[in-house]
Amino acid sequence: MYTKLKDAVRLYFHYIAIALRSTMQYKVSFILMVTGRFLVSFNGILGVYFMLSRFGHVKGYTFGEVLLCFSIIQMDFALAECIGGGFAMFSGIVRQGEFDRILLRPHSAVLQVLGSKFRIDRIGLILQALAMFLYGIAVSPVDWTMGRAMTVFLMLAGGTVLFISFFWLRAAFTFFTLEGIEAFNILTYGAKEHGKYPVDIYGKKMLKVCTYIIPYTLIQYYPLQYLLGRTDRWYYGLYPFGVAGTVLVCYIAWRIGMRHYQSAGS
Amino acid sequence: MREYGKYFSFFRLRFNMGLQYRAAALSGVVTQILWGLIECLTFRAFQQADPSAYPMAFSATVSYIWLREAFFSAFSTWQTDGEVFDSIMDGGIAYELCRPVSIYNMWFARTVASRISMAALRSIPLLMVAFLLPGPFRMTLPAGPQYFVLFVITLFLGLGVTVAFCMFTYILAFFTISPQGLRMMFTSMVEFLSGAIIPLPFMPGGVRMFLELLPFAGMFNVPLRIYSGDLSGAEMLRGIGLQCFWFVTLLALGKALCRAAERKVVVQGG
Repeated sequence: MYTKLKDAVRLYFHYIAIALRSTMQYKVSFILMVTGRFLVSFNGILGVYFMLSRFGHVKGYTFGEVLLCFSIIQMDFALAECIGGGFAMFSGIVRQGEFDRILLRPHSAVLQVLGSKFRIDRIGLILQALAMFLYGIAVSPVDWTMGRAMTVFLMLAGGTVLFISFFWLRAAFTFFTLEGIEAFNILTYGAKEHGKYPVDIYGKKMLKVCTYIIPYTLIQYYPLQYLLGRTDRWYYGLYPFGVAGTVLVCYIAWRIGMRHYQSAGS
Repeated sequence: MREYGKYFSFFRLRFNMGLQYRAAALSGVVTQILWGLIECLTFRAFQQADPSAYPMAFSATVSYIWLREAFFSAFSTWQTDGEVFDSIMDGGIAYELCRPVSIYNMWFARTVASRISMAALRSIPLLMVAFLLPGPFRMTLPAGPQYFVLFVITLFLGLGVTVAFCMFTYILAFFTISPQGLRMMFTSMVEFLSGAIIPLPFMPGGVRMFLELLPFAGMFNVPLRIYSGDLSGAEMLRGIGLQCFWFVTLLALGKALCRAAERKVVVQGG
C-alpha cells in the first residue's frame, strides 16, 4: 500500500515536471498567456469596485469583505483548473481515444488523467488570485485569530476540492454523452463568476439551493460569516469539511461511468 | 451587385452550418437562462442596498440582461471565428488568398453569418422564456414601436461594429504566430469597455462619459438600452451617430490594414 502510494506521488510529480518542461519550450507564448490571464481577471475586480463604490455595500458587505470572498473563490477555481485540468478537458481525452490508452497502463486512471493535463498555464490566474487575496486581507476588516487563519485555509482547500469534483462529475457524464455538457458550466464557471459575492445576496432561496443541492455555501457563505465576525458559531469555520460528501458522490458517478465506458471508437 | 453575390454565398453557407448545432444550442440556452436569472438577482441585491444610487429603471436592467443573453453569441468577442485563426495558423490561408475574392469581405461575411445563425437559434427560445417569467425578472415589451424599430436597426449596426472590430484580431494573427495571449488581452479589454461586465450606466460619471465615445459602446450598449427607453432623445441620437461613425471608421481601417498584411504575409508550413 505504502510503496504504491509513493509510486503514485512520484509519477504525479514526474507529470508536472514534464508539463513544466514542455511549456517552457514556448517561453514568449507562455509569458504572454500568463500576463493575459493576469489582466483578464482584473475586469472582475474593477466591476466589483465600481459597483461597490456606487452603492456602498451589498447586503451589508463592504468592498473589502466582498474582495476577500471573491479572491478566495478565484484562488479555489484557479487551483482547481490547474490540478483538475484533465477532468475539465475530459471530453477531448475520450474522443481522441486517449482514454483507451490510459486504461491499458498499470496505473490509476484518475492519476493519469489529472497528471497528463496539469495546466501549468493557469499560473497567471493563481498569481493574480494571490495578489488579490493579499490585497483582500489587507483591506478587509477581519480580526485575525488562529481559528480564522485556519478557516481561510480550509476554505481554500475545500473550495479547490469542490471545483475539482464538479469537473470530475462532468467528466463522469462524458462517459455517456462523449460531448461535454454546456449546462455543467453553470456549476463551475457560473459559480466562479457569481461566487464573488457571498451567496446570501442572491436571496434566501438561492442560499438554500446552494446549501442543500449544490454545496457552495459550505466553502463560501458559512465560513465567511465566521471569518468576518458576523456570527459566534465558530463551527461554521469547519463547514468546508462537508465537501467530502460531494467528493463521494462524484467518485460514485465516476465509477458508474467507467463501467459503462465503451470507447469513442477512434 | 453581382460582385457581392459570392459574399452572400459565403454568408449562406456559414448560416446553414450554424443552424446544424441544435442540441448544443438547447443546452446552451438552459445555461444562459440560469445565468441571466443570477445576474438579475445580483442587480436586485444592489438596488435594495441603495435604491437612490441605482442609475436606471430596474425593468430596463432586466431587459438589458435578457437581451444580452439572447444575443450573446452575436456580440461576444471571445467567440471569434476559429476557422479563420486555424487557416492562418495551418497555412490554409494560402488557398484563400488564391481565390478571386477579397479576404476581408469574405471573413466579414462569414463571421456575420455564423454570429447571426448562432444568435437566431438561441435568442428565440431564450426570449420566450424571459417573457413568461413571473415577477420582477420578466422581460418587458419595448418602450414603444419607434424604440423597437430603432432597436432592430441599431442591433445590426452594433453587430457590424463588433465584427469590424473582431476583424482586427484576425489581421493581428497575420503578424504574430502565437496570437492567443494578445487576443486574450484584447478581448477582455473589450468586454469591460463595452459594458459586458457591468452595464455602462453603472460606471462612475467620468469613466462612463469617456466610454460612451469609444466604439465599444456602439456594440450592444446602444441597442439594448434603446429597447427599454433607457437611451432616448438627444443622447440616443448621439449614440446612433457614433455607432455609424465607428462602423465606417473601423471598416476602412481594417481594410487598409488587411491589404498591408496581405502584401507581407508569410505562409506557415504547408
